[in-house]
Amino acid sequence: MSDETSDRRTGLRSTLASVGSERGRFAIGNLLSTNTETTGMTANSGSEAAETTAAERTTDVGADSGAEMSAADRPLGSPQVDNAIIESRDLDVFYGDTQALQGINMDIPEKQVTALIGPSGCGKSTFLRSINRMNDLIDVARVEGELHFHGKNIYDEDVDPVALRRKIGMVFQKPNPFPKSIFDNVAYGLRVQGKDDDIEEQVYTALERAALLDEVEDQLDESGLDLSGGQQQRLCIARAIATDPEVILMDEPASALDPVATSKIEDLVEELAQEYTVAIVTHNMQQAARISDKTAVFLTGGNLVEFDDTNRIFENPESDRVEDYITGKFG
Amino acid sequence: MSSERMDLSRNGNDVGTLGDRVARYAFFSCAFVTVLTTIAIILVLINGAVGFFRQATLVELLGDAVSAGSVDGAADAIGEGLAAQVTVTEFLFGTDWSPLIEPTSYGVLPLVWGTLVVTVGSALIAVPVGTLTAIYLSEYADERVRRTLKPILEILAGIPTIVYGFFALSFITPIIQFFFPQTGTFNATSAAIVVGIMIIPMISSLSEDAMSAVPDSLRNAAYGLGATKLEVSTQVVLPASLSGILAAYVLGLSRAIGETMAVALAMGMLPQITTNPLEEMQTMTAYMVQVGISDVSIGSIQYQSLFAVGLTLFAMTFAMNVLSMWVRSRYREEYQ
Amino acid sequence: MSTDTDGEFDFGGSAIERKRLYGKVFLGLCVSAAMVGIVALIALLADVIYESWGWLTWEFLTYPPSQVADHFVPENYGDLDTGPAGMYPAIVGSIYLIVLTAIFTLFLGVGAAIYLEEYAPDTRLTRFIEANITNLAGVPSIVYGLLGLAMFVRALQTGASLIAGALTLTLLILPIVIVSSQESLRAVPDSMRQASYGTGATKWQTIRNVVLPEAVPGIMTGIILSLSRAIGETAPILMVGAAVSMFTPPDLTSPTGAFSAMPMMIFEWASQPDAAFQHIAAAGIVVLLTILLLMNAAAVLIRNKYDRRA
Repeated sequence: MSDETSDRRTGLRSTLASVGSERGRFAIGNLLSTNTETTGMTANSGSEAAETTAAERTTDVGADSGAEMSAADRPLGSPQVDNAIIESRDLDVFYGDTQALQGINMDIPEKQVTALIGPSGCGKSTFLRSINRMNDLIDVARVEGELHFHGKNIYDEDVDPVALRRKIGMVFQKPNPFPKSIFDNVAYGLRVQGKDDDIEEQVYTALERAALLDEVEDQLDESGLDLSGGQQQRLCIARAIATDPEVILMDEPASALDPVATSKIEDLVEELAQEYTVAIVTHNMQQAARISDKTAVFLTGGNLVEFDDTNRIFENPESDRVEDYITGKFG
Repeated sequence: MSSERMDLSRNGNDVGTLGDRVARYAFFSCAFVTVLTTIAIILVLINGAVGFFRQATLVELLGDAVSAGSVDGAADAIGEGLAAQVTVTEFLFGTDWSPLIEPTSYGVLPLVWGTLVVTVGSALIAVPVGTLTAIYLSEYADERVRRTLKPILEILAGIPTIVYGFFALSFITPIIQFFFPQTGTFNATSAAIVVGIMIIPMISSLSEDAMSAVPDSLRNAAYGLGATKLEVSTQVVLPASLSGILAAYVLGLSRAIGETMAVALAMGMLPQITTNPLEEMQTMTAYMVQVGISDVSIGSIQYQSLFAVGLTLFAMTFAMNVLSMWVRSRYREEYQ
Repeated sequence: MSTDTDGEFDFGGSAIERKRLYGKVFLGLCVSAAMVGIVALIALLADVIYESWGWLTWEFLTYPPSQVADHFVPENYGDLDTGPAGMYPAIVGSIYLIVLTAIFTLFLGVGAAIYLEEYAPDTRLTRFIEANITNLAGVPSIVYGLLGLAMFVRALQTGASLIAGALTLTLLILPIVIVSSQESLRAVPDSMRQASYGTGATKWQTIRNVVLPEAVPGIMTGIILSLSRAIGETAPILMVGAAVSMFTPPDLTSPTGAFSAMPMMIFEWASQPDAAFQHIAAAGIVVLLTILLLMNAAAVLIRNKYDRRA
């Protein structure tokens, strides 16, 4: 108990220290939050303390994660992983007065596929969009808590969302190629990021990796809008990987496609995981089971209920609600 | 170990944000020009109007005060400048407007009367015609008719007002003279008719927008109770879209008040208060045109009268625009 | 009265018959109201063409005006020492005026629209700016003329010049241009913006490379339609001091020089008591309306050519 009080005091101190630099709403959020931990402090003071705490709390997880996880909002399963590239800690997202995400704590492992599943409106897309700060584009969206990328909280004041998005790319639910040529679509990110040496080679490589080159090689000057839906989505994937990000976020990338196109996208996702970290939102549980290594299950109200290896989630989930959802009794 | 600290800052990643910040301020300045325009309009009108009621404008008074140096001198300069030239009462309630011919007189009421006659006259035409056209377009006409009729109304709205003035003189007035031979070349009726025609498109298209916004479920409910199309149109759609239609009327009338060239050409330049619509009258705008084309020296009281009349006109149209916005904002609430 | 039903129910009845009659009368009223606009347009065009018939010649387009009505009569052209009379300087003046106005509006109008659609936060200042634009659109054009007279001609010492006229017309059509450009920007799907941000583009890169190219056809259509309103405006340029008769076209290289414009010329002719000038005014109107027609056609062409989403 005394531990907890001291934790809270340091939390308060760090909050007060940050009042000057941060916007008021974050400070107020920290004060109100009952389970505020010293995440910022531990990140600053090295990870030894964090490691011990984490080790105490999770026996089955290796001890080299960057930030500890609070007990209160810890989902079932094993939300901390050894090779985390992204660590979400007590992440809340609000749209105006409604809270879309409640204290999300989970890691996303490097160069693996992490699936986010759950019924519609459960917040899985919101979580995905908070990873590369696409939520910043929504006026009323507000984020509290922390989300670490390579150990750096992306909601720190000194983080530029544009710089972040150059490392964390995104593919959207509906294919959204620009009304430009296929070549210019893929080259777009390279051009805006100033990576335009050998642009032709990079475009070809990206199309190749997106398994689209063979189909469009002779029509690179034609509009991206002339392609079929599945091809458009692979074009969008090529566009996202052309600039060589570390993480690719996919928001139900196959939901608008037919089964054949869907299976091509699924193959591609597995392929991509060899070089990239992939986080994919899907409402299709079979898809999640087929392609992902880890699965996070969000249920109503923006709660992350369980996070674990995909096999465990689908074969033997800890939560009854997750089991009901997986077996189709609910959702 | 993935906890090495990542540099995601602006500078560390060559995210060219200078252009971004410059663009933001440049675009804001463009938007702010509209605010400056409003401020400039108000200042220009008030400054000129002060000059009309006093002997010097605000700018001149301040200049005199500065150049006078001593406190006494400044006081004298301002005092001199503030000596009333035309009193506000004389301007607002005087019934004789004779600024260019001795003995001069500056009662604005004849001009307001002329404007009123045109506005009311044009409303008598445009309100029923515009409303019925809107009902036809929204409730009766099929897609093909709508596609023909709406562009025609748009063309009507796009014709320069000077052309309407010519049309009044060369077409409408001769017709009026055929029926009422005593009618002069310049008369209020002809002007009111063309201004009415001019604002029909505005009233019909805004009213139609309002009627189209009425949900079909309302219409179906009435049909289900055995109402005829006439009853649905007049007893369901019309009341439901009333505030949108009223806003359209107000905007149309505001446009009629500010209409210039057609009335300057067709209605004449004789300021008088008369109830005979076949006589020549002068509106506020027509007076401004009259001064605009005459060799009035800058700074003279005639020149300054432009701004006093302009301010009156601006105040009237501003009030109507605000009224229309208010009426419309009420109507938005109804469907959200 | 009820004849066409022979079942137990009476679907007719005098009350229903009367309602049907009212309905027909009302529909008749509506149709006639809708016809008023069409009839007025036809009458107006017919009147103008009839009045100008025989007066509109090539010489009318290429020669300076004259104070003497006879100089405009085609039959007299051969006998004139001074040559035929026309509205050449006014046509050139109007074109220059519109070109300058187009340049000013393009930057101001599109810039303001981009700010309001893409940048502006939902604050009271933004809402005030938007309400102010709505209100400005309802300010009578002659008031803009007073503004131009006091601000440009006098305060900024531009004199009664092309530049003063163009600036005045710019302020006049700015609200319409902003609103129509805003609509075009709003029509660009949000998914395009997200795609761009997703690849790590900055806001300005997104606007410049994705949003603007998509919105340009709509913006151009709006600007051309607004300019076609500006070219017919008489009151503002009259107040600014457009010359009633100029015998040489204005000089674009010295934009502070005097200028004439078509609507001003038409007003001058239409106010002449001499009946011959009515025909000359009508000829001028035909020229003005033709230019308007061409501008509108251009706007419609652009809209149709690029309207992929239709």
